[in-house]
Amino acid sequence: MDDLVKTSEMPEVNFYPLGDAAIVLEFGDHIDRLTHGYIQAFTAYLDQHLFPGLVEYVPAFTTLTIYYDPWVVGQQGLVNPYATVAARLQEMLLHVKTNPEKPAVKVIEIPVHYGGKYGADLEYVANSHGLKPKEVIKLHTQTTYLVYMMGFAPGFPYLGGMAPEIATPRKEKPRARVPAGSVGIAGKQTGVYPIQSPGGWQLIGRTPLLLFSPHRDKPSLLEAGDSIRFVPISEKQFDKIKEKEAARES
Amino acid sequence: MSLKITSSGLLTTIQDAGRFGYQKEGIIVSGPMDAFAFRIANLLVGNEESAAAIETTFLGPKINFETDHLISLTGGDLSPTINGEKVKMWRPVFVPAGSLLEFNTPASGSRAYLAVSGSFTLPKVLGSYATYLRAEVGGFKGRALQAGDLLPCPGPTPAGEHLQQRLTKNKPISEWVQASWTPAPRLFPYLDFNPTLRIIKGPEFAQFTPASQQAFLEEEFIVTTDSDRMGYRLQGIPLLLQEPRELISSAVTFGTIQVPPEGHPIALLADHQTTGGYPRIGQVITADFSKLAQVPLGKKVRFREISLEDAQYLYLKQEQHIREIKQAVSYKVRL
Repeated sequence: MDDLVKTSEMPEVNFYPLGDAAIVLEFGDHIDRLTHGYIQAFTAYLDQHLFPGLVEYVPAFTTLTIYYDPWVVGQQGLVNPYATVAARLQEMLLHVKTNPEKPAVKVIEIPVHYGGKYGADLEYVANSHGLKPKEVIKLHTQTTYLVYMMGFAPGFPYLGGMAPEIATPRKEKPRARVPAGSVGIAGKQTGVYPIQSPGGWQLIGRTPLLLFSPHRDKPSLLEAGDSIRFVPISEKQFDKIKEKEAARES
Repeated sequence: MSLKITSSGLLTTIQDAGRFGYQKEGIIVSGPMDAFAFRIANLLVGNEESAAAIETTFLGPKINFETDHLISLTGGDLSPTINGEKVKMWRPVFVPAGSLLEFNTPASGSRAYLAVSGSFTLPKVLGSYATYLRAEVGGFKGRALQAGDLLPCPGPTPAGEHLQQRLTKNKPISEWVQASWTPAPRLFPYLDFNPTLRIIKGPEFAQFTPASQQAFLEEEFIVTTDSDRMGYRLQGIPLLLQEPRELISSAVTFGTIQVPPEGHPIALLADHQTTGGYPRIGQVITADFSKLAQVPLGKKVRFREISLEDAQYLYLKQEQHIREIKQAVSYKVRL
């Protein structure tokens, strides 16, 4: 299912509550680009048609969760909040068309210095697949990844598309501190730690870019629906970009 | 105008109503654990109900008021005193410069709120004053308050100033004074140590074994000491799925009860992650969030199922109550 969305109609969507102040729209039961495309199309429509009582929404692999204020949506008790919000979203679904001529998405490049002190587990990952570190880097950088959803930590992207040849189990003993910017592999997933945290991912490199900065208008570098590529850089380039990022912060 | 923290307490943070609109970027909401008590604390000093206030956990801080302030204390009864004398909660209190607020052995609940009229002079980060501990964002320097911290305040709101004048009329200026009234004492159910929490079934309820479904709704669960602002880890009869399943990550929220594979549920709280991949067996209703957030560690909870319709009815009823309290306070301001 690696094709772009070609369908113009929305699929059958399941509705269910997440507590008394959120509703979940389920667009499918598989992680694939088609389901992702539906969710993207719907959130784009929602952004253009905000309604009173809509608090925020969280897209995930197969679901879109919409937080609402039952007091506002329920008109202070006049109408049933869940039924009202469900009916409104159902109505919206009829109007959403996924655009088959969607313009090509911009690919965001994430510079990464692989190996050495920034990628302490690169050798291990290479050895466990009978590859050379260089080949791991090549496999990791040749793919265009899709940001399916954000979660786990501020600015953390769940990426799809990693080459199965470099899939590696997590470390048996997690590290107490993984620095921000660390690029790692955990099973079939690859990702970047946006903030320093404990973690068990196999670290293969580090990006000097800030994936999360509370001081920017857009605090997260990435959002669901983005396409990204990792680009290998030297340590010198790493330092230079890092300086620039630091300057942007102050 | 300022407050000086002379002892930090167990965990004392600045919180406002929460950081909304960024969950889609993985940025959590934070905010108060007991939003009801937090909102009332602000209303009692003439603040907007979402203004930044202090949340303190179980063992409270020591706070020195360097200038005159109008304050209120709500939430769990952590036995607060001013200059060594017991102070009543859920009402406006005038504290003159030099007063010392302390907390003692908790009597009920596990967190209290301290609101100061006019709130604090702090930078907003991503539209909010809430402290996001893990990302070191918001609140006071992105961290819990520590001894020596000086919290600047802009001074009371006009409504707070009215309340303060009424309280201190015909009183010596050097004495602290508490209001003789509270807007509605019947609204504050903070004495139940081992509460029954009302829930609606979670999206994955039906995937649990019949025995686990029954245990969830009938047995007791202990809130373990391995709990924090992210969630309460509960211990009881292990809750197991009919068959192990890999779940696709999706949103989770305050009150979501998720169950990791070993079977011990986690009730998510104010600092919950935005998404999770564990099956969600239940969801505590919003009207019972205060009860949930006030359960002291080591105590027990039970769950009782109600319908979504009833949960939303209780949600609206609680909002109605808060509006009544707001009215009652503004009546006192106008007097």
